[in-house]
Amino acid sequence: MSRNKLVKAGSVAAVLALGAAACGGSSSGSKPTSTGVKATYNAAIGGVVNKSTKVGGTINYVASSDFDSLDPARTYYAYSWDYQRIYQRTLMMFKPVAGKDGASVTGDLATGAGALSDGGKTVTYTLRDGITFETGAAIKSADIKYALERSFAQDVINGGPGATYLSPILVGGKTYKGPYKGGDLASIDATDPKKIVFHLTKAFADFDYLMALPISTPVPKASDTGRNGGANYQFHVVSSGPYKIATYQPGKVLNLVRNTAWKKDSDPNRLALPDKINLIEGLDSADEDQRVLAGSADMEIEGTGVQQDAQSKILTNPTNKVNADNPSTGFTRYISIQQTVAPLDNVHCRRAVQYAADKVALQFSRGGPIAGGDVATQLTPPNLSSYKKIDPYPSGSDNKGDLAKAKDELKQCGKPSGFTTKIATSNKGKGPKTAEALQQGLKRVGINAQIVAVDPSTYYSGVIGLPSNVKKQGLGLAVAGWGPDFPTPYGFFESIVDGRAIKKDGGNSNYAELNDPAINSLIDQAGSETDASKRNDLWAQVDQKVMDAAVILPFVADKALTYRGPRLTNVYINQAFGIYDFVNIGVTS
Amino acid sequence: MTAPLDVEPSALSADPDAVTNAESSKAVEGRSLKQIAWMRLKRDKVALGGAVVIVLLILIAVFAPLIVKALGHPPNDFHEDLLDPTLLTPKHKYGGINGSYLLGVEPVNGRDIFSRIVYGARISLLTAFLATVLSVTIGTVLGITAGFFGGWVDGLISRTMDILLAFPLLVFAISIGTVIQTANGAVLGLSGTSLSVATLIFIIGFFNWPYIGRIVRGQTLSLREKEFVDAARSLGASNGHIIFKQLLPNLAAPVLVYSTLIIPSNILFEAALSFLGVGVRRPTPSWGSMLSDAVATYSIDPIFMIVPGVALLITVMAFNLLGDGLRDALDPRAGR
Repeated sequence: MSRNKLVKAGSVAAVLALGAAACGGSSSGSKPTSTGVKATYNAAIGGVVNKSTKVGGTINYVASSDFDSLDPARTYYAYSWDYQRIYQRTLMMFKPVAGKDGASVTGDLATGAGALSDGGKTVTYTLRDGITFETGAAIKSADIKYALERSFAQDVINGGPGATYLSPILVGGKTYKGPYKGGDLASIDATDPKKIVFHLTKAFADFDYLMALPISTPVPKASDTGRNGGANYQFHVVSSGPYKIATYQPGKVLNLVRNTAWKKDSDPNRLALPDKINLIEGLDSADEDQRVLAGSADMEIEGTGVQQDAQSKILTNPTNKVNADNPSTGFTRYISIQQTVAPLDNVHCRRAVQYAADKVALQFSRGGPIAGGDVATQLTPPNLSSYKKIDPYPSGSDNKGDLAKAKDELKQCGKPSGFTTKIATSNKGKGPKTAEALQQGLKRVGINAQIVAVDPSTYYSGVIGLPSNVKKQGLGLAVAGWGPDFPTPYGFFESIVDGRAIKKDGGNSNYAELNDPAINSLIDQAGSETDASKRNDLWAQVDQKVMDAAVILPFVADKALTYRGPRLTNVYINQAFGIYDFVNIGVTS
Repeated sequence: MTAPLDVEPSALSADPDAVTNAESSKAVEGRSLKQIAWMRLKRDKVALGGAVVIVLLILIAVFAPLIVKALGHPPNDFHEDLLDPTLLTPKHKYGGINGSYLLGVEPVNGRDIFSRIVYGARISLLTAFLATVLSVTIGTVLGITAGFFGGWVDGLISRTMDILLAFPLLVFAISIGTVIQTANGAVLGLSGTSLSVATLIFIIGFFNWPYIGRIVRGQTLSLREKEFVDAARSLGASNGHIIFKQLLPNLAAPVLVYSTLIIPSNILFEAALSFLGVGVRRPTPSWGSMLSDAVATYSIDPIFMIVPGVALLITVMAFNLLGDGLRDALDPRAGR
C-alpha cells in the first residue's frame, strides 16, 4: 500500500516519482547480458530471464490505478514512462538491456547521441529513415519540436517534467509560454525535416537523458487541435512505435494492438513480440498480487512491490521465489530536518537527531531489508554513478543509534536534556510507522517529538512542501523520500538540495530549505562538467556537504519485491526505471 | 424487539412478570420503580454478565499502568529482536504469544500487544463515556425544552436536530480530525494527545445528541398531557418544578437505557476514526488504529487483528447486553 501511495502523492506534487536507476548490486555486474538466464530469485537484475524471439500471444498486465496521463508531455510516473516505450518512440531512449547499461541512452528516433558543437551549446540530432506515425505519415523533426514546445504550456497541459528542465536550458525558454499562446521556440531548429538542432544557454551534460524522457515523443500538430487536442490529447494520442491504442477507458483498461505502419528496420531497439498487450487498471493491491501469483495476470506494472501478505507467499515458497526479484528502486528514504524550525536551526541539534535515530527500527518501518531496503548512511542511492560510500554519522555497530555522540551533540547545541519538536508524516501507508520508529529512537536522548499525521493528498503540496507552513506549524522533522527523474546525479539532487529550487509558494521539495552557496556552485559546476569522472567527483562532494549540514537523515536505500509471471519472456529490470522493462517482453504461449 | 429472556431455559424462570405476579400475592405494595427494576435486572443473568465485564473493563482502564507494570512491557517500546528479520512478523508461533508477551507482539516493531490493548481500553472507554455524557446532557436539556414549551422553541430545536441528523458526520469528523492534527500549539488550553481525545469526544458527542433529543422530546410531549402534570399545574406548580420534579424522573428510564445503548456505538465510532487515521494521535494505543495496522498482515499474522477485534467485540457486546437488560427491566412492555 504505502509505498504506492506515497510515491504517487509525491509525484502529483511535482515532487517526482521516478524510480530511476536500479542497481541491485547483483553479481553479474555491468556486463550487458546477451544470453538469457534461467528464472531464479533476482535473476532479472542484471540478466534477461527466458530470452526468446517467439512472436505472438497476449500479455495481461495489471495496475492499481490509471496512469497520471497518457499525454507524453504530462506523465510523471516512472512506470508510465517505461510503459509508453511499448508504443511510443522518443528522440533518445534508455537502452532496452539488462544490467547497468540500461541506465545509459541510445538513439531511438535519432540515429545516435546528439552531436555537440559551439562548446556544447548546440546539440544536433539526425533522424532515422522510415519512422512513421500510426497514420502512416512520416515523422519529421517539426513533430518533435512541436512536442517539446507543448510541454511548456503548463496552463493547458500541466504536469510533466518538460517545462522545469527545459526552460532554464533552452535559449528563450524562460519566457516561452508554449505553442498554444507563444508561437514557436526559435532555439529548437527543425528547418531540415531529418535534423533537429537545439541551442542551449550553456553546455548541459545530461541533454541526451532529457531527450529520452517522454517529452520528446513526436506529436503531429494537426492532431493536437480542437476537441481532441490540448488537454484532451491524452485520450487521442497518436502512436509512433510498434503498437497503438485499441481501447482506453481511464481507470479500467488500456489495450494495445499492433501498429501496422511501424517499420521494423527503422527501429533496432524493439522486438515487438506479442500481438496484443492488455492492461487492467484500478485493482486493489492485494487482488493484483493474487492474480499475478495465480497466473491470471502476468505482471503488476507499477513496480512498487507486492504487499506483505504476498511477500510471505513468495519468500517462503521456492516455486514462487524463482519468479521474484528484489531490485533497488533508486529511492532514498529520509527524514528531512528543517533548519527553519528552532532548535534545529543549530547544526548540533540536527546532528543529535542523526546520531539518536534508530535506523533498524526505521528500516523495519519501511518493510525490513527485503520490502524496505538496505540501511542508508548517505543521500546518494548506491546505483547512481556518483555513489561513493560515506557514513558521516555512524549509528553504532548494530545501526540502532549512537546515543553517547547524540548526547554530546545535544550539549554542544545547548540542550543537554533534549528538546521537543514535531514529526510530520502522511497518515496512510508506512508513514505513521516510520514516524513512530523515529519518535522512539529520539526519545532515548530526551528529544520528545509529537507526530503530526496528515492526509497524503496535501502532505507534499501544502504541509511540508509549503515553507511558511513548515515554519508556522513547527514541523522540525518530516518523513520523506526521493528518487531521480532520470538516472543521473543531476536528476536526483537538483530539486532537493539546490537552494535556488526552493518553491516558496508550495510544491517545494527542498523541505529543509538548504541554501548553501557552496553546494549551489558545486551543482552548477557539475551540471556543465563534461568529463564523467570529474562530474561524479563533484556530485560526491555535494552528497558530503549535504550530509555535513545534517539537514537530511537518510535511513533506507529503497528496494521492492516484485514478481514476474513465469509465462513472460525477455524479462529484466531496466536500471533507468528500477522496474521491469516493458519494451521487449513477450509470452511463451 | 429483542427478547433475550427467551434465549436460555434458566432465563424463563427469571421472567420478571412471572416473578412480580408470584410475589405480588404476598403483599408487596410500596415498591418503587427503582426497586422493581433492580429486582428484574438481578434476575437477568445475561445483562449482569455484561455489567460484570464492563466493571472489569473500567478497572483495567483505571489501573492500566499497574497492570502493564506487572504483566507487560511499556506500550510504546519496540522489540524488533522478537521479529523475523525478513517478514517482520513475530518469530514465534501464534503472533509471539508467550509468558512474557501475553497477547503476542506487533509486526514491524514488536510492541507488546497486551499493554497496548490495556491502554487502548482507556481511550475507548474514556471517549465513549464522555461523548455519551455530552450527547445525553445536550439531548435531554434540549429535548425537554422542545417538548415542554412547544411552539417556536420546539420548531427551532427540532429543525436544528433535523439539520444535525442530515449532517455528513463521518466526512466532517475526518476533516476536523485532520485540522486538529496539524493545529499548532494549544487549542483551548489543550494540545497533543489530550487535544485529539477532546476533539474525538466533541465530534462523537455533539453530533449524536439529536437522537436522544428526539426521544426525550417525544416522551415529554406525551408526559406533559398526563393527569399528574395537569394536577401539579392546577396546584400552581412552576415550570421548573414540573420539569425537574414531574417530568425528569419519568424520563430517567428511557435516557438511561438509551445511554447504555449509544456507548457501544460511540466505542465503534472512535475505533472507526482511529482506523481511518484521524483518531487519537500516534503512538497512543487505540484499538481502532491497531486494527488499521493489522490489515497489512492479517493473513500471515492474524493474531494481531484478532486481539483488538475481540476486545472491541467483547466491550460492545457487554454494553449492548446490559442495555437490553436495562430496557427490559425498566420498561417490561417494550420487550414483549
